[in-house]
Amino acid sequence: MTAAEEDRQVEPVAGPASRQPVLSVRDLRTRFRTPDGAVHAVNGIGFDLHEGELLGVVGESGSGKSVTMLSLLKLLPMPPAEIVSGQALLDGEDLLALDPARLRHVRGAKVGFIFQDPMASLNPVLSVGYQLTEPLRTHLGLSRRAARRRAAALLEGVGIPAADSRLGDFPHQFSGGMRQRVMIAMALACDPKVLIADEPTTALDATIQAQILDLLQRLRRERGMAIVWITHDLGVVAGLADRVMVMYGGQAVERADVRSLYARPQHPYTRSLLRALPKIEGGSRGERLASIPGQPPTLVRAPDACPFAPRCAHAFARCHAENPALAAVTESHEVACWYDAEAGVPRAA
Amino acid sequence: MPATPSGSLTAPSRATGRHRSLWMDVWLAFRNHTGALAGAGVFIAIALAVAVGPLIHTVDPHYLDILAKNQGPSLKHPMGTDNLGRDTLAQVLAGGRISLAVGFTAMFIALVLGTLVGVLAGFFRGLDGLLMRLTDMFLALPLLPLLLVVIMLFRDSLRAAFGPETGIFLLVVFIIGITSWMQTARIVRGDVLALREREFVTAARSIGTRRRRIITRHILPNVLSPIMVSATLGIANAIITESALSFLGLGFPPDFPTWGRLLFDGANFISVTPARVLWPGLAISLTVLSVNYIGDGLRDALDPRLRGA
Repeated sequence: MTAAEEDRQVEPVAGPASRQPVLSVRDLRTRFRTPDGAVHAVNGIGFDLHEGELLGVVGESGSGKSVTMLSLLKLLPMPPAEIVSGQALLDGEDLLALDPARLRHVRGAKVGFIFQDPMASLNPVLSVGYQLTEPLRTHLGLSRRAARRRAAALLEGVGIPAADSRLGDFPHQFSGGMRQRVMIAMALACDPKVLIADEPTTALDATIQAQILDLLQRLRRERGMAIVWITHDLGVVAGLADRVMVMYGGQAVERADVRSLYARPQHPYTRSLLRALPKIEGGSRGERLASIPGQPPTLVRAPDACPFAPRCAHAFARCHAENPALAAVTESHEVACWYDAEAGVPRAA
Repeated sequence: MPATPSGSLTAPSRATGRHRSLWMDVWLAFRNHTGALAGAGVFIAIALAVAVGPLIHTVDPHYLDILAKNQGPSLKHPMGTDNLGRDTLAQVLAGGRISLAVGFTAMFIALVLGTLVGVLAGFFRGLDGLLMRLTDMFLALPLLPLLLVVIMLFRDSLRAAFGPETGIFLLVVFIIGITSWMQTARIVRGDVLALREREFVTAARSIGTRRRRIITRHILPNVLSPIMVSATLGIANAIITESALSFLGLGFPPDFPTWGRLLFDGANFISVTPARVLWPGLAISLTVLSVNYIGDGLRDALDPRLRGA
């Protein structure tokens, strides 16, 4: 964790346990059909998201973070992608069972999406104003003029100066950080209840990243929006999230309150990840960073064993034969592992 | 916060109104494209000459003055006469009307067909195989026998329905149109295939944009460049194809001058009266060249990335 991120205050968790979740995902499974067989990209992911809560989803590349979120809105190319099972309740409506017209309404109006690369997510030949007014006119049925006014206000809201005069500009006239702000404004245009941010700061430099983080924190406070934040930056998650879901091989291997996760990481994968972070204090110069041996799984095998077992220092026979499910360790901490890392012994069966 | 050096430059046009300023930007960019401007000048000159020329140079292009055959340029016949004593200038002017009309209309038909097929094939996976095989089939068709059959089948009925001139015009334009859309379709399909996977299309879907709107507002403007280029090339192609058709006796009747026909007729007399080849040939070349430059400039002007800040 870097000093800058330690400075950032962790938002108090507003006791979510009692309330109904805004978004509730159960047993989501997504497969890709390829000529070489099915790729099991998402294997039974589930999570709850409460109002005003920020859920951090971490994991290395290819762990299924993005595919999970894209599946929720059916934004994956289908075929080859295929949602095998699952349920995603938003306001009592199952997103995965919606008809196309209703789904279009949910996209944008109820769930906003921010993509990783602001350079590629805006259409280069359409003005920013057009792209911002598009969701407003589609979902809220605003007139051209009203939509423009609202779009200018939105741009102002995400910190773009002289917003009104910049509506006619094209994406290439904006810098990377500005484009990501435009993307955020687009995602927020219709006041969605849930915002899914897919590595929104990965393509940006550190200063801009801090600005975008602050911006989203502010918007979340002002609007009480629930946010799913996909990242592989554990430092960002520590400073931002209320709860964290660690993913590996298309599964959730650990799900916990952010403090609990960093204080008492349970899963060997999470522990290795945290060990792999560079430290500011301590550690002699020239010391190599810890790394996790081996490669991420290819996911062509059906998930019948713990996906992390081949790389796990504690793996034993059961890990290669049975896939552990998430089980509670404490009230706000769940882990899917046959090995009790704290006690140093296998869990009782 | 990025510096916006462009702000001060474009601010005045912005103040006048947003919608207009976009086209103002396009016009300003077009005006800065020297080639396009020159092309537009030449093309307008040709179009004007063809449109009002016959009113000034009032010689009947069909009038046979057998005593004045194979003449060189003179005051009475600025471009000389042909082997039957017809005035070449009058024929070039009259022929231009038909050639230009055929060129543009046929290009338009080919463009619409090609773009439609290309976009559908590129965007909808299910249609791709079918439409591309259709395209391959059209590419593989032996053109001449097909043209012969089509003309045999439809010439008389079209003539009866629309009169001899309009009937033949429609037939020629239609035939050229449906036999020259394939390249456009292939290029557009390739571009759409690539564009469809771009992140901004997913982003547009993620805010609930309809599929039709994604195609018309997000995909089509991005394939404008290749469409523009094939359009300008298509005009040239259509003018040449029309002349080939006329030459084979499948197009307009022999007494109907078009640039292509004048060129082919004149080719036999190139040693006697080279002007008969020179002028229609020059007219075709200049038209094609100027349209090419206009297309080039338009493409640059319509693309905001090339339009510059």
